[in-house]
Amino acid sequence: MIIYGVAVLAACYIVGLFFGEYLGNILNINANVGGVGFAMLLLILVNYWLKKRNLFTRELNEGVGFWSNMYIPVIVAMSGIQNVVAAMSQSMVALLAGILPTGLCFILVYIYSKRNKSAIFQQSIQ
Amino acid sequence: MNASFLIIQKVIDKNGLVFSFLLVGIIIFLSFWVSEKILKKRVPGSAIAIIAGLVLAYIGGKISGGKNGIADIGLFSGFAIMGGAMFRDFTIVATAMGADFTIIKRTGLFGLLSLFIGILLAFFLGAAISFALGYRDPVSMATIGGGACTFIIGPVTGGALGASSEVISLSIAAGVIKSVLVTIATPIVAKKIGLNNPQSAMVYGGLIGTTSGVAAGLAATDVKLVPYGAITATFYTGLGCLLCPSILYLVIRLLMGS
Repeated sequence: MIIYGVAVLAACYIVGLFFGEYLGNILNINANVGGVGFAMLLLILVNYWLKKRNLFTRELNEGVGFWSNMYIPVIVAMSGIQNVVAAMSQSMVALLAGILPTGLCFILVYIYSKRNKSAIFQQSIQ
Repeated sequence: MNASFLIIQKVIDKNGLVFSFLLVGIIIFLSFWVSEKILKKRVPGSAIAIIAGLVLAYIGGKISGGKNGIADIGLFSGFAIMGGAMFRDFTIVATAMGADFTIIKRTGLFGLLSLFIGILLAFFLGAAISFALGYRDPVSMATIGGGACTFIIGPVTGGALGASSEVISLSIAAGVIKSVLVTIATPIVAKKIGLNNPQSAMVYGGLIGTTSGVAAGLAATDVKLVPYGAITATFYTGLGCLLCPSILYLVIRLLMGS
């Protein structure tokens, strides 16, 4: 039954968000700290555990796979509800504070992937 | 004629979410068609679909004057559910099924490091811009610095420190601009900055941090990278809400000598 896959996914999601909310509570901040990240790790671990014990079925895969494939459509809908008007009509402060750090982060990704590539290269010749 | 229009409207009003499935399906179909036939696959179909979403959001915002893009127009209210945080996070978690745990473990330290670097960088650069353009009290600087991280960290920081509503709305705007910019720019620069492997995606997610921007940017670039970028990015907002109103604000106060 496909619902088993969906239920496993839902369980990971709820438990992960619970962790995140709890962590936020301990740290005394009003935010979910990494709940989605915990949920992802949990799903990866459950997936691994089930496969090792041969409990992983095709239907389980399909239940999660459906939602995984719905990802882009959901992101398209999400783009549709952004406050784009506000983003395009704001003052200099907001514009610069939004653009400059982002540009710098792209440059850092570039530096990292260049280093990473040369590290992999060095490993391969050693 | 009028009666049948009312009937259609009634059915759609009651079934907004299902109607949004239909509309998003049409948007994606048209976007992939344009990508393949007109642009010869030079721009990925998902990137066109996401930009089409942003255009719809702009039109919706202009017509309604609201904050929720196309969802503020009655017929399209289902977009708010389909594109809301619950479905977004649920589908992000589902993408983890295809992630390789050994890569995540191996790149974990860099991912963590990139989170701190990303927050510090955005925060202090944002605060410096705030200072340069005349918002020179530590509270405003910290709030706009928070907004340069994400559009959630800004108002959380401003709320905690008691910033003025003008500064808080500036910080939200900075975060929204970042999110939209990341969405559009990521697929364009991805190749040039080496964003084509899981390791870089994890570092990218940690450095950029704005979940909706990272999620949409990677979706438009290469869906296989999504889980790696998302897994670090989802820690960013929480960590930023922790650091910005507390220790980073104190550092700003120290620097400003007040």
